[in-house]
Amino acid sequence: MATPAEVAERWWSQAAALPGSPSAAALAVSAVAWQDAARDLAAAGAQLLALWASSPLGSTHRVRAAFLLQGGRLLVLALPMPDPDVVYPGLQQLFPAASRMQRAVHDLNGIRSDDPDRRPWLRHAAWPEDVYPLRAGGAATVGIEPALLEPDHYAFVRVTGDGVHEIPVGPVHAGIIEPGHFRFSIVGEKVLRLEERLGYVHKGIEQRFQQLPLREGHRLAARISGDSAVAFSWAYCQALEGLAPMDVPPRALWLRALCLESERIQNHLGDLGALGNDAGFAFGLAQFSRLKEEWLRALHAALGQRYLLDAIVPGGCAVDCSAAAAALLAATARHLASTARELRTIYDEHAGVRDRFIGAGQVSPALAQRLGLIGLAGRASGQDRDLRVDRPWAPYADLAPVRCLLHDGDVAARVALRFDELQESCRLVERLLAGLPVGPARAELPSTVAAGLAIGLIEGWRGPVLVALETDGDDGGGGIRRCHPHDCSWQNWPVLEHAIIGNIVPDFPLINKSFNLSYSGHDL
Amino acid sequence: MLKTLRTIASLGIVSEPPPDPNESLRVSTALPAKIREVLGRSLCIRQVDAGSCNGCELEIHALNNPLYNIEGLGMRFVASPRHADLLLVTGPVSRHMALALRRTYEAMPDPKRVVALGDCGCDGGIFGENYASCGRVANVIPVDVIVPGCPPSPLRILQGILTAVSSAASRA
Repeated sequence: MATPAEVAERWWSQAAALPGSPSAAALAVSAVAWQDAARDLAAAGAQLLALWASSPLGSTHRVRAAFLLQGGRLLVLALPMPDPDVVYPGLQQLFPAASRMQRAVHDLNGIRSDDPDRRPWLRHAAWPEDVYPLRAGGAATVGIEPALLEPDHYAFVRVTGDGVHEIPVGPVHAGIIEPGHFRFSIVGEKVLRLEERLGYVHKGIEQRFQQLPLREGHRLAARISGDSAVAFSWAYCQALEGLAPMDVPPRALWLRALCLESERIQNHLGDLGALGNDAGFAFGLAQFSRLKEEWLRALHAALGQRYLLDAIVPGGCAVDCSAAAAALLAATARHLASTARELRTIYDEHAGVRDRFIGAGQVSPALAQRLGLIGLAGRASGQDRDLRVDRPWAPYADLAPVRCLLHDGDVAARVALRFDELQESCRLVERLLAGLPVGPARAELPSTVAAGLAIGLIEGWRGPVLVALETDGDDGGGGIRRCHPHDCSWQNWPVLEHAIIGNIVPDFPLINKSFNLSYSGHDL
Repeated sequence: MLKTLRTIASLGIVSEPPPDPNESLRVSTALPAKIREVLGRSLCIRQVDAGSCNGCELEIHALNNPLYNIEGLGMRFVASPRHADLLLVTGPVSRHMALALRRTYEAMPDPKRVVALGDCGCDGGIFGENYASCGRVANVIPVDVIVPGCPPSPLRILQGILTAVSSAASRA
């Protein structure tokens, strides 16, 4: 009798390697094999990373599902859909995260799964139900004046009983935050149920990709979620460079890793301050926001950009780092690391902060595993996936990054994990700056790029970022047939609904911030 | 506690001076002469992300750090549009946010100013107009001042806000 791991390996061994990210492979399957493979992969502990569809002009529709296997390998199943009106088998029973992705596939491509939840997900009132923006020739614009847009009516799940009432929040929130709607069903102060409704910042990113030249898609990729600009633009370039194919100069790869760790440092510093503030400790916000500004100014002095939205380009990096700039960044990273260590003791010794952090918004490792919690939030709940460690892509194999892992799964754990990762990223930055290979920071992308599907997969600060790029080939001016970007917020938003259960409403901002999920990266 | 106080005392005050207003950012000819009279030195800002990638939000957050210290200038971000004098809008306006943005604008008392932030807020940016995006902020509500940049730096944002409430245009 084969073990579940051995059964899953059989699917992997049939798959053909994909260009781009290391250890990515694709397998075309029938509807029956689609279900069988998903069941075997679930049994072996694989995780559903992304689910999307392509509807190219004059070719068969395909639904694809990407799974993360042991060792950070990515298996992409492709289910051809000759008739898009036929219902395909949904994966929501095996992977709860599939449900919203399947609903989005219907909104955008008009292909429906057998998921009993037939409510729209990304589509509100902006376009009619029978218009599918990602079908070839579908809906470049629709003729509804912005002034005439009406709110639509979404069927939230109602909770009834003595004393139960609802608090609707959003889409415009009280702070400087992205828009989304939260529907709380509460008794007294206690939350019985939270239901999220997202899609407010859906701005047609996937359709926009199809209008861009292949060589310019990285600019849009960097603007999918501004806080993860490096992760998305690197993932896009990794896929494109895999298709070309080309070798990226070693210096460019090290600079990219410098940018990626820098992005992690920026976001962790910002979050650590905001989390202190949400716990009523304004001192924390003042200190960490000052440190973050110090880092951004050092970046600006060294690389010419505060936020690295235009740093990573096909073939390498648009920024380079002189010896003087490297010295400045290294000194700043050392200073950050030592100051953050001192501030950590202040957080750890502050009774009020501890009281708010410990036990708030808890996700047990078992629940995290069942729901597919991933990335930073996953590692705070015992889910030991980090692509930099599991399956290091260049240059991470040379850097030996240390995995940070905690098991308590509460706000305190997500804070502590950020402190740990901040130290590790500061170490990596110093290591990267000390070892920057000499040579060019950029090479030319070849004048022709092969047709096909390629994968970019990067461990961003929030978690894995995937870009699936399809092109018909390119001799210098070709376009993007389909580009599907996936942020791990898709996995983690539904888990937030569970994390809040039994907590009090005033703790929601704190718990929400401890996950810090992307709206724009999810809504696309 | 001692450690906290020692950290505060050893750092001292790190705030920096604000930039001057910049008339080239003004796109509306409506005169804000009365604004200073009505508001004095205080300004309440309501921020709405109408579809941004969240890059602009990161730089808006920076205004609250001790170096830009926007509260030290008498300005603060408020939770309700009813309390706001100025609306700071980011993003191409997604069609799904158009209604919420307009309602927020309408809920603000007069006199009110609108600053559109970032390349997307100014002209739709890389997203432009499509089935899901209305493009620039001015396509949905009246705009007084635009601050381009992707994202604009905190100093540029502060300059845009100061321009919106400065009385220089009334003298011109």
